[in-house]
Amino acid sequence: MNAALPLGTTATEPDLLMRAENVKVHFPIKRGVLKRTVGHVRAVDGISLDIRHGETLSIVGESGCGKTTLGQALVRVLEPTEGRILFAREGEAECDIAHLGETQLRPYRSQIRMIFQDPFASLNPRRRVIDIIGESLRNFGVTEEREVEAKVAELLHKVGLRPEYMERYPYAFSGGERQRIGIARALAVHPRLVVADECVSALDVSIQAQTLNLMQDLQEEFALTYVFISHDLGVVEYISDRVAVMYAGRVVELSDTEPLFARPRHPYTAALLASVPRPDPKGARQRKQMRLKGEVADPAHRPAGCAFHPRCPFATDRCRIDDPQLRPVDGHMVACHYAESLDLKGVHADAA
Amino acid sequence: MIPPMQTAPLLRIRGLKTQFALREGLVRAVDGVDLDAHAGKTLCIVGESGSGKSMIARSILQIVSPPGRVTDGEMVFQRTGREPVDLAKLDPAGKPVRAIRGRDIAMIFQEPMNSLSPVHSIGDQLIEKILLHHRLSRHAAIDRAVEALGRVGIPDPRQRLSNYPFELSGGMRQRVMIAMALACRPALLIADEPTTALDVTTQANILDLIAELQAEYGMGVIFITHDLGVVAEIAHEVAVVYLGQVVERGSVDDIFYNPQHPYTLALLSSIPKLGARRKRGQRLHSIKGMVPHPFNRPKGCPFHTRCPEARPGLCNLEDPRKLELNEGHIVACHMRDPAVLTQAAEVTV
Repeated sequence: MNAALPLGTTATEPDLLMRAENVKVHFPIKRGVLKRTVGHVRAVDGISLDIRHGETLSIVGESGCGKTTLGQALVRVLEPTEGRILFAREGEAECDIAHLGETQLRPYRSQIRMIFQDPFASLNPRRRVIDIIGESLRNFGVTEEREVEAKVAELLHKVGLRPEYMERYPYAFSGGERQRIGIARALAVHPRLVVADECVSALDVSIQAQTLNLMQDLQEEFALTYVFISHDLGVVEYISDRVAVMYAGRVVELSDTEPLFARPRHPYTAALLASVPRPDPKGARQRKQMRLKGEVADPAHRPAGCAFHPRCPFATDRCRIDDPQLRPVDGHMVACHYAESLDLKGVHADAA
Repeated sequence: MIPPMQTAPLLRIRGLKTQFALREGLVRAVDGVDLDAHAGKTLCIVGESGSGKSMIARSILQIVSPPGRVTDGEMVFQRTGREPVDLAKLDPAGKPVRAIRGRDIAMIFQEPMNSLSPVHSIGDQLIEKILLHHRLSRHAAIDRAVEALGRVGIPDPRQRLSNYPFELSGGMRQRVMIAMALACRPALLIADEPTTALDVTTQANILDLIAELQAEYGMGVIFITHDLGVVAEIAHEVAVVYLGQVVERGSVDDIFYNPQHPYTLALLSSIPKLGARRKRGQRLHSIKGMVPHPFNRPKGCPFHTRCPEARPGLCNLEDPRKLELNEGHIVACHMRDPAVLTQAAEVTV
């Protein structure tokens, strides 16, 4: 599907780390005694993305838009129903990992890692920190027990925890510290790509700031690439180089961070930005609000035409019939028929 | 910003203490809190997890789970056309407080799925509450429930009565909770992180709804949140809590444009602000360390262990007094206390 390729890029681009081409993840809905498939939940419905080396690409959207499923497909926790995921290991030719089996995937497991949302659920309560982090090391070739210990100590130090704590169990740590353990586990085997799924949403603001700073430091130190999945646009603007906005399983807008926040081209992006509460009481009193009515589109019954049309204040008859494709508009990639003509408000406009 | 109140506040809390006597020691969950909630106004209580903000709300309604209990202080609640009542003096299981709960003071909780019964239809739950507090026929109660659901923006309210909570989305469930809380026209609404589990778009709609209903019924709202953005959108007055104490309170403009307590300053600077894009290499301001464990509560000012301005020999020993900087703007910090500062100046001279 060459039409789905992001425009303006070639397959041999040097700073390309991962390329997703028309990735689809559909879950069958089974009903009745015979468990017949009566439909599909199209959680991810044809996404093409380039992830560049060393960047932070954020994926934002409301719950149910498929951002977590996409993240899981990129780390190959899930097998995509359709599409290709191209990824090259260090010094090797790129390979489509979308449909590889578990054994073939093994060398890639250390290269693509994940940080999870809930620091309480993602650490095994019955294992010590050294076992949790050390398991990744043992899995990828560190056999000497003393070496494991030394490496774990070094990792804990890197994420700002005391190496003495490695004998402890997760319950002895606070939420922020657990998230640091999760980060240490992800970084244990020198990954190139880290998918962070809502990794700071469960943390208090002061701890969130510490964690974001840590992630930024580690990115510089280890030349990491982040795919940062979040619904918090304040955090996203702070941390990302590029942002992809998802709605009902598709990317509706993709652009560099600054232009996206300053002048969004898709009505959904503008509505999301307008909904974010900002710590500025005077601005809040003056601002004219754009509010989204209704609910997120059901991925099992995707509306015809543009999936956003039932909630879009600018929808016309064309939007109800004609499904817009992602296309370049002024350096953004936008899936809206009226991207050029709409004058949407960003956040800088009213902050001034 | 807010004109001085002639009338007595709807709820006046002074020196409130809620404590848990555990085997491991005494946890001072709420430790001498002063607050005022006014009719028609929104008071926001902000703080990190473990700061005791939810415990303040639970203390007001006397629903602190044992072994915790309200041990000291007063909470004078002004009821229209009746004698004011001190909620702190009421028996948590007694009839008087049960008549107030839900009727005069209603509460909305964070996770609507956990606060609605999964085995009763939302109509049954709403009607039960209405019949508990009002002498109405079942028919009239149903009408009232339909009206309440319609008011919070639920389409086809009469059909929805027979729905169960799992059939509704998170935003709809929270609307049902609000309908339930408002069915008896309370004078005071306590909302404990009602939008934290919701998407920003849904959150914006729920906040609008609460503000709209507040304007319509003139009720007071106590809104508990950790999100300073939400505070800026809805608050008239703000109280910042840390380890069970109010470290600073004032009007929303005082707190955002003239913050005084180092903790408030640190909180405000640790949020990534939308529209203020970072430069490469620029870092977020973060508060060092974390909230101390309730068993190891620091002596003196609770924040001194993480405070950049803390002065050894003072902040770690003595409790700061509550200092009124200007009308309604109160801060508890030694380093903002003129008495302390002049004293220090004399020492250095």
